[in-house]
Amino acid sequence: MDELLLDVQDLSTHFMTHAGVVKAVNGVSFTLHRNETVGIVGESGSGKTVAALSLLRLVPDPPGKIVEGKILLKGRDLREVSNEEIRAVRGNDIAMIFQDPMTSLNPVFKVGMQIAEAIMLHQDKSRRDAWRIAAELLAKVGIPDAESRVNQYPFEFSGGMRQRAMIAMAISCNPDILIADEPTTALDVTIQAQIIDVVREMQAQYNSGVILITHDLGVVAEIADKVMVMYGGRTVEYGPIDEIFYNPHHPYTWGLLGSLPRLDLVEKERLTPIKGQPPDLLMLPPGCPFSGRCGYERPDECPLTMPDTEIVGPEHGVRCWIPNDERVSARSALPRFVARSK
Amino acid sequence: MTEEVVATAGEGAMEVKPLSPWADTWRRLKKNKLALIGLVIIVIFLLVGGVQEIANLLGPQNASETATAAQRPWWQRGYLAPYDPNGGDFHAGPAGPINPPSMKHLLGTDYLGRDVLSRALVATRISLLVGIIAVGIALAIGLSLGPISGYYGGAVDSVVMRMADIFFAFPYILFVLLIMTVLGPGFRNVFIAIGILSWAGYARLNRGSVLSVKQVEYIEAARAQGASDLRIIFRHVLPNTMAPIYVAIAMGIGGAILTESALSYLGIGMRPPDASWGSMITDYQTYFFAGQWWMLTFPSVALVVTVFGFISFGNGLRDATDPKLKE
Repeated sequence: MDELLLDVQDLSTHFMTHAGVVKAVNGVSFTLHRNETVGIVGESGSGKTVAALSLLRLVPDPPGKIVEGKILLKGRDLREVSNEEIRAVRGNDIAMIFQDPMTSLNPVFKVGMQIAEAIMLHQDKSRRDAWRIAAELLAKVGIPDAESRVNQYPFEFSGGMRQRAMIAMAISCNPDILIADEPTTALDVTIQAQIIDVVREMQAQYNSGVILITHDLGVVAEIADKVMVMYGGRTVEYGPIDEIFYNPHHPYTWGLLGSLPRLDLVEKERLTPIKGQPPDLLMLPPGCPFSGRCGYERPDECPLTMPDTEIVGPEHGVRCWIPNDERVSARSALPRFVARSK
Repeated sequence: MTEEVVATAGEGAMEVKPLSPWADTWRRLKKNKLALIGLVIIVIFLLVGGVQEIANLLGPQNASETATAAQRPWWQRGYLAPYDPNGGDFHAGPAGPINPPSMKHLLGTDYLGRDVLSRALVATRISLLVGIIAVGIALAIGLSLGPISGYYGGAVDSVVMRMADIFFAFPYILFVLLIMTVLGPGFRNVFIAIGILSWAGYARLNRGSVLSVKQVEYIEAARAQGASDLRIIFRHVLPNTMAPIYVAIAMGIGGAILTESALSYLGIGMRPPDASWGSMITDYQTYFFAGQWWMLTFPSVALVVTVFGFISFGNGLRDATDPKLKE
């Protein structure tokens, strides 16, 4: 196993609002190694983005606050370091790619300037050198004619090119960890595939660890080594990619997989949506946040306490009250898994 | 007519490259005739005022050096005008000192036989200076406090905005008098006083834009790159909030010129014999109803036209930068 880059233990981030405490992230733990890609999946409001922002202490405070847990970057707890030190970590050790490339580049600066600025913030480089590196980076992420493109403004770039420029900016300081927050959501499907390729190439070239936040299981299947499924601020299931796709144990994971269209089926299959609404983060039940939508719920257990992690496979854990054998039989009755077993 | 429509449509269809914000603003500003007239007036005003300022800088700093300015070579007179603006001549014309416009004195002469055109030209410099200095000071204060206030919010925001409220609430002229007492007399101090008093508008205007810009993803991206707060505020947020500020500058210069005239009219500011449009209006108003209309008319027209130029250009600029008015 490669070097351990990031060890997140029991991370909890809450927002103190006028209406009450919003528990956006609730006891999330995961590890990230060099050359590894961890996918964090879950629907909107499940805490994926807040978890990622917490790693860099970018959650606006107030109202947000990391109330518990450790964020160990190569053994150093990022919750303990000073503001100066966390600024040195941002962009340099951990860099981020944002969701919407149309708004994540500053419209008043040339694209090259923005990349060069990131370089000059963290490295002792002259303006001239930084611009040269910026042009090289743009070429590296696959922007043709990078030499002249550095002198253009973001409005002269297409969406896919802007996302490439964002990636160039993120890798400009050779970070150990790359956090990609829904990098392909705002792009059309052909561009999505290209961007995923660029991320993968950059990871191979810089040996970095990648945290990929998405609700698109297709993207996860393509690039991730490990998957963490989040719901209502909690990790409900985690495991290697194949385990999650072929041996899912949590009813929420089934729901996610069931709502994914498939091309490999001869018979017509209806997508199965997850019934109900995402939970109100202000009024989470003390137990499993998925109780109430689950369908396999045990009213005297599920909403009351959160179950401990049960190991159900190699590095594969799930937090669910339903006994293992009942889960397996319930799963095999789902249309999706029936179809697969044929 | 039909040809024109076709040509425009063709042009639009061929336009592949998106326009930069500046080019787009200029394209829409060009369609606004009033704003273009305003722009022409502003350019003329800047040229005349600029030339007078240069002449003033080249001229002798001590007026008693040589007997009269008119005896020096033209580039050392301290002004660029046909006659010495402060040099009276009781035999300026056939009617003694006061003469209506003629070929010799295009805008006539005043009660001391001074050339009204020369005085009005030299006074342009004062209006230019008040515009630049007063608005410059107001911008310096307003654009440091406004962004900080909007970006940090909370207590900082409350303190700055309550300060702005106090400045808004105070009677303007009274406040200028107060500051003049502190700073001492002198026309430059008037400009400084006007500047100190008008920061609040810029601060409040900018705070509003900062509040919306600071939510945008590229600000979060800058923070994720490890940029410090000050760097984010002044390098990433501020440039994105400037469009309404440019409009406010155009309007503000017009306003500052008016304020200076009002203060000169009240006798604060320019000291005789030096001329500003406001002090000329004060000086000459009594002659207007005696039929000697030219003295009052020309500085008034200069003042009105200049302020009109700034305000109509500012209005046009606002319309051109307003995304809601995009056709």
